[in-house]
Amino acid sequence: MAIATNEFDVISRDSAAGERSEDYLWTLNFGPQHPATHTTLRLVLKLEGERVVDAMPEMGYLHSGFEKIGEHLTFNQYVTVTDRMNYISPIANNVAWHHAVETLLGIELTPRCRYIRTIVAELARLSDHLLSNGAVGLDTGAFTFFLYAFYQREVIYDIFETLCGARFTNSYTRVGGVSQDFTPLVIEKIRAFLKTFPKTLDDMERLLTRNRIFVDRTKGVGVLTKDEAINRSATGPVARASGVTRDLRKDEPYLAYGDLDFQIACASAGDCYARYLVRMQEMRESLKIVAQALENLPAGPVNVGIDQRTALPTKQQVYSSIEGTISHFELSMANRGFEVPFEESYAAIEAPNGELGFYIVGDGDDTAYRARCRPPSVLHFALFPFLIRGHTLSDVVAVLGSLNIIAAELDR
Amino acid sequence: MPFTPPAVDDIVASLAERFGEIKPAVYRGQTRIELRPADAPDALRLLKQLGFDLLVDITCVDYLDYKGAKHRYGLVYLLANTATNQRLTVRAYLDDPDPSIRSVVPLWEGANWLEREVWDLFGIRFEGHPDLRRLVMPEEFTAHPLRKDYPLQGRGERHNFPVLTRNDG
Repeated sequence: MAIATNEFDVISRDSAAGERSEDYLWTLNFGPQHPATHTTLRLVLKLEGERVVDAMPEMGYLHSGFEKIGEHLTFNQYVTVTDRMNYISPIANNVAWHHAVETLLGIELTPRCRYIRTIVAELARLSDHLLSNGAVGLDTGAFTFFLYAFYQREVIYDIFETLCGARFTNSYTRVGGVSQDFTPLVIEKIRAFLKTFPKTLDDMERLLTRNRIFVDRTKGVGVLTKDEAINRSATGPVARASGVTRDLRKDEPYLAYGDLDFQIACASAGDCYARYLVRMQEMRESLKIVAQALENLPAGPVNVGIDQRTALPTKQQVYSSIEGTISHFELSMANRGFEVPFEESYAAIEAPNGELGFYIVGDGDDTAYRARCRPPSVLHFALFPFLIRGHTLSDVVAVLGSLNIIAAELDR
Repeated sequence: MPFTPPAVDDIVASLAERFGEIKPAVYRGQTRIELRPADAPDALRLLKQLGFDLLVDITCVDYLDYKGAKHRYGLVYLLANTATNQRLTVRAYLDDPDPSIRSVVPLWEGANWLEREVWDLFGIRFEGHPDLRRLVMPEEFTAHPLRKDYPLQGRGERHNFPVLTRNDG
C-alpha cells in the first residue's frame, strides 16, 4: 500500500491495494432537529469536501406505536390516530383507513358518500402538494413561492373547518359514511376556491417553473430511473416522475374516480425537477376532479342505511323508528358493535404521497387484530442514500424536499 | 360497484406446478396463497419473473390466541403487477423458537427497510439480509413490541431510560 507523503496523497481515491481509506471523509450529522428536514428525521452524511459519498438515514424519533394502538381502538376511534400519520393531508388518511375497514367488512357506500370522500381526498392532495412543492421552493431559496402556497393551504383548511369543525386533525370519516354531510356553505366555499386557485397556481408556475436558479438546483439532481423506482417500491408522484404510470385512482378505481374524467401526470426524467412538475400538474388534475365531483354530487343519504347497522342513524330515525333505536343502541354499547369476519384484507388508496394502504386482520369484534399501515414515506426515505450519492451537500435539502418525507407517517 | 382486481388463476397454476398443490383463498376479490417458508423466497422469485414486479409491502401478523390459528407468525408479502394491475398476497407461516426466513432483498431492493421493520417489531430473522438492524425502535431495545405478548403500556422501558442531565453532561 502506498504511504501518504503529504495531505494530497491521502485524498487520492484509489490506494495501491484497491481499497479506499475513508479517513479523509467528513461525517456530518444532519437532524433530527434541522430546519430543512421539516420533520424529525436524521441523516448521517459522509462528505468528501462538499460531495456526499454516502448517507445513512435514521428514523424512529417520532415512533409512537400507532400500529399497536390500532389493535386496541375500535375502527371508528382509530381514525383520530390516522390523522396524526401524514398530518399535512389528514383527511386522505381517514379515507384510506375507512376504505380498508369497509373492504374488510364488505360495506358498500352510498353514492353521495363516495363523491364527498373523493372531493375531500382531492382537497387533501392539493394541500399536500402545496406544502411539498412550497417546501422545495423554500429550501432552494424561493420564499415568496412558499408563501403563495401556504396562503392557499389556509383556504383549504377553512373549507375543512366549515365542513367538520377541525382545521388540522379532521377525523372526518366514519365506518359506512362521514361525520358531517356537505352543507350549502361548504359547497359555496369550495366553488369559490375552485375559482381563485387556478390563478394562484399560474402565479406559482410563473415564479418557479422557469426560474433559472430553481431549475439549476433541481434538474438532474436525485435521478431515479423507472426500473429502480419499481425495484425500490416507489409509488405516487415519486414513481410517476420516473415514468411509472401506476396510479390507483385509474388502475383500481375506488370511490367515485371511475366516473370522473381526469389524467395522470407523469414525467420520465425522474429528477427533483420532474417530481416538482408532476406535483404541479397533479394539482391541476385534482382541481378538475373536485369541480366535476362537486357539480355532480348525488342527492340522497350520506351514510349507509340502518339495515347495515354500521353507521350511527340520524336522531330523526332514532326517535321515530324502532330500527333506528335498535341500531343506535347496538352501535353505542361496548359489547355490541359490528360483525367482523375472521378474515384479513388489504385496501389502498392513492394518497398524495403514494400508495397508502392498510392490512387489517379481523377477529370478530370491532377492534382490528392487526392494523398494518403501508406508509409511502418509509419506502421513499429508503431511497434517499441511493438518490443523493455523488451530489453536493446543498442538494440534500432539494432531494429530501422532493421526496416529501413526513416523519409522523415514517415512524408511526 | 367496488373494484375487483384481475384474476390470477393462471399464475397460481404455474406456481402449483413447481411448489405442489396450492389452495388459493379468495376474500373480497383478493387472492391469497400460502407457501412453506422454505419455498416462499423461490416462489417470489418466480412471481417476479411472471410479472409481479412491484413489492407493495412486507408485514407480519402475530397469531397468538387467534381463533383457529395453527402457527404463531404469518408473514405477508403483498405483490402487484404494474402492467396488468393484478395483485397477489403471499403468506408464509413461521413458529417459535427462532422464526426465520430467507431475505428477498436480492429480488427487490425495496424489501430492505420493510424486512428491517418486521425484524424490529416482530423479531423475525431474515437470513441473508445485508443490514438487519432495528428500524424504528432504539438499538438497545430488547423486546419486539408488536408481538401480542408485549403489553400496550410497555414493560417500563420508558421509565428506566437513562436520563442525562445538564450537570452530568
